[in-house]
Amino acid sequence: MENNIIIDLKNISVAFGDNQVLKNLNLYIRDGEFITLLGPSGCGKTTTLRIIAGFTAPDEGQVYFEGKLINNVPPYKRHVNTVFQRYALFSHLNVYENVAFGLRNKRMKEKEIRETVKQMLELVNLKGFERRHINSLSGGQQQRVAIARALAVNPRVLLLDEPLGALDLKLRKDMQNELKNIQQRLGITFIYVTHDQEEALSMSDTIVVMNNGIIQQIGTPKDIYNEPKNAFVADFIGESNIVDGIMRDDFVVDFSGHRFDCLDKGFAKDEAVDVVVRPEDVDVVPLEKGMLKGTVTSVVFKGVHYEMIVDIGGFKWMIQSTDEQQEGDKIGLYIEPDAIHIMKKSEYSGMFGDYSSFSEEYDELSNAEEPEEADGEEG
Amino acid sequence: MKILSKIYTFLVFFFLYIPIFVLIIFSFNESKSTSVFTGFSFDWYLALLEQEDILNALKTTLILAVGSSVISTVFGTAAAVGIDSLRKGWLRSATMGVTNIPMMNPEIVTGFSMMLLFVFASKLLGISDSMGFGTLMIAHITFELPYVILNVLPKLRQTDRNLAEAAQDLGCRPVQAFFKVVLPSIKPGIITGMIMAFTLSLDDFIISYFTNGREFQTLPTIIYSMTKKRVTPVIYSLSTLIFFSILLLLILTNLIQYLNEKKQNKTSD
Amino acid sequence: MNKSTSLKTKLLNSPYIVWSALFVIAPLIFVVYYSFTDIDGNFTFENVLSLTAYTDTIIRSVWFGVVSTIICLVIAYPIAYIMAHSKAASQRTMMIMVMLPMWMNFLIRTYCWMVLLQDTGIINTFLGKLGISPVHMINTPGAVILGMVYDFLPFMILPIYSVMTKLDPSIVEAAQDLGCNRFAVLRKCVIPLSMPGVISGITMVFVPSVSTFYISQKLGGGSFELIGDVIERLYLTPNQNNVGAALSMFLMILILICMAIMNKFSNSSEEGMVI
Repeated sequence: MENNIIIDLKNISVAFGDNQVLKNLNLYIRDGEFITLLGPSGCGKTTTLRIIAGFTAPDEGQVYFEGKLINNVPPYKRHVNTVFQRYALFSHLNVYENVAFGLRNKRMKEKEIRETVKQMLELVNLKGFERRHINSLSGGQQQRVAIARALAVNPRVLLLDEPLGALDLKLRKDMQNELKNIQQRLGITFIYVTHDQEEALSMSDTIVVMNNGIIQQIGTPKDIYNEPKNAFVADFIGESNIVDGIMRDDFVVDFSGHRFDCLDKGFAKDEAVDVVVRPEDVDVVPLEKGMLKGTVTSVVFKGVHYEMIVDIGGFKWMIQSTDEQQEGDKIGLYIEPDAIHIMKKSEYSGMFGDYSSFSEEYDELSNAEEPEEADGEEG
Repeated sequence: MKILSKIYTFLVFFFLYIPIFVLIIFSFNESKSTSVFTGFSFDWYLALLEQEDILNALKTTLILAVGSSVISTVFGTAAAVGIDSLRKGWLRSATMGVTNIPMMNPEIVTGFSMMLLFVFASKLLGISDSMGFGTLMIAHITFELPYVILNVLPKLRQTDRNLAEAAQDLGCRPVQAFFKVVLPSIKPGIITGMIMAFTLSLDDFIISYFTNGREFQTLPTIIYSMTKKRVTPVIYSLSTLIFFSILLLLILTNLIQYLNEKKQNKTSD
Repeated sequence: MNKSTSLKTKLLNSPYIVWSALFVIAPLIFVVYYSFTDIDGNFTFENVLSLTAYTDTIIRSVWFGVVSTIICLVIAYPIAYIMAHSKAASQRTMMIMVMLPMWMNFLIRTYCWMVLLQDTGIINTFLGKLGISPVHMINTPGAVILGMVYDFLPFMILPIYSVMTKLDPSIVEAAQDLGCNRFAVLRKCVIPLSMPGVISGITMVFVPSVSTFYISQKLGGGSFELIGDVIERLYLTPNQNNVGAALSMFLMILILICMAIMNKFSNSSEEGMVI
């Protein structure tokens, strides 16, 4: 991957009325990378995308495209194209005319248009759909038309605003692969917005985790998962047990009433920290061999493993294990040094990582209210 | 239950149509009687053709209806786009409130109040005979505007806001984006609004009556002055013609609507 | 972008706002102004006070309006229900059939009834052939109300029908599922849910019937003058515009009060109309 920076956002702030949506955001994007803006609803990810597209003007800050300031360049002159959340296809035109729309604005010759449209429809596997009406297409097919339409004008950067949000799970997985393939084949930059952490992890070169208009962490999917910067990131990406700990020395940490070896260093002596342990990294052992001891309060069969909630001194841990335990069993837990990740205390400390009020339904509900961010501007 | 509702439906439609059928039948009556049918003739239709004032009024009515509905459609669509882009707040509610006034106010008050305005304005400008085609036009545009706006607004609300942005994204200037993308998607609302404006203008009597300056006749106002005088079967023939024109218009618009729906269903199969 | 949007908004809105101010708001201000001035433009309460002479007319207008609105509602509700539960094709036909008389000028429709109801008119001629002695129908309050009901019935049918077609059929099924019989479904579900249509139908019938003129002139023979007739008479009489304005203002306030009462009943918050 080259190191050319194609888009550079400097000190961007945006407010809609009293609502500060982006707070002094700095972000640069390299040419040819697949970057994902990840965060919960209202975190400012869609607004960031709209600033790059030119639909929203930042109150403060600069937007650079290949080193040139483009704050005052209108959307129709930017070399950036968007795939919208609900596709925004032109339903009065057929598939062919939708894909040709941008080409006609460029006053391209009819022959070239025909050639490009054909190419694009082949790229998204919609060969032979030229004369079809938009309303006669399925959600997945509409999505493909939207992608073809945006790619037809040969953009340097493609912006995708939760493009798979309206598709069902199976189709989503297929489209994820396909999008990744398209991106690699064309070699252009994709900026992808989503609230789905799994999607972000499996597709991106780089993930930008955002919350409340502030970037929480930028990194590769592995970095983000294995080395979360704070409790918010640890909780948002995957499942995590987050407990208070005290760093006794380099590689030594106390938490839950026990001293553990770990791989982290560089903290002050006796510094209070957040300790992250992923549920799949905890081993269940007989009670007497456990570093920690707890009582199983619930067990759910998940197929590949059992997911249980274990009460350890009043703090509820989530543990994933292939061995079945019974509710009420007392078990021991063993944690390897490389399973422990130490984070500095942050504003999110103590807010996440306790499973005492955990229920899956609750989790799904908070996801369901998600894809409304684009409307934030009107309110 | 089924039979009962059929009988009821028949009775209601009988009530709605019996006067109209009577009128149509007697328009072909030979004699002047409006109660006994003496024989079939086209006399009253021929008599209609000789009444120059009726033909003039018809011309005025049509010009007025076409002119005012076109103007109010263009003007109203622009206003609807403006209102739609207003943020929620006092200005939006106030504009919507004012838009509702001509629809909620009794027509006689609308007509009478506009007459007062025109009388006052002509006194102010020193024009003696100000009322006529111009005032009729202003009045018709004014009461048609809300119908256009209220037909276009819901379509705008249904239109995905991203649509205009998508067009700009693909290289359209904002104005081009409106004409290429937004306009086609609100077209059904605009057409309905225009048809409503047109028919309301054709049909309007009360507001025209107060704003036409008593000299400038539209079809409804001339019918009014005819019915004020003696009963004459010319009204029957005129009304019969109007009835069939409206019937034709309604069937045509419904047919177009029906065919459009059918076409859409077909492509979605 | 945000800034250009607000400019566009202003550009598109201001002509309409100016037009509305000139031709909607200003005329209403003139109604108020004329109501409180005499011919020379001096302030006076005389016009407003002179309205007491029309007490009978006002009471009669409201009474006729209420009665014809109720009759319209009673006739329209079942027919709207039947229409909404018919096959799609017959719904379309019935819609056209209800709308067709509505688009006929009310002058013509009223005139038709005059011809029908006359002492020597068609109905009496027909009755005579059956050997029944003629019935005096024209120039009675009943004839005036009949005219109003006939003229404005479609305005009641259409809004109720349009609300009923939008009712989710599964609501009725849910009610049946929860133990309602047909009558209870109607009482507990269909009627409350169709209230917005009923309310808008009531306003659409009451407003024109309370303010109408011509109908009572033709079917009431001039003996049952209504507010609208008085306004027309004052308009035709020279120098009576000030009293006419006062009566118009009164009519406007009367209808505003009636609509406020109706809104209390409906407590709906939707913007715009049902049709």
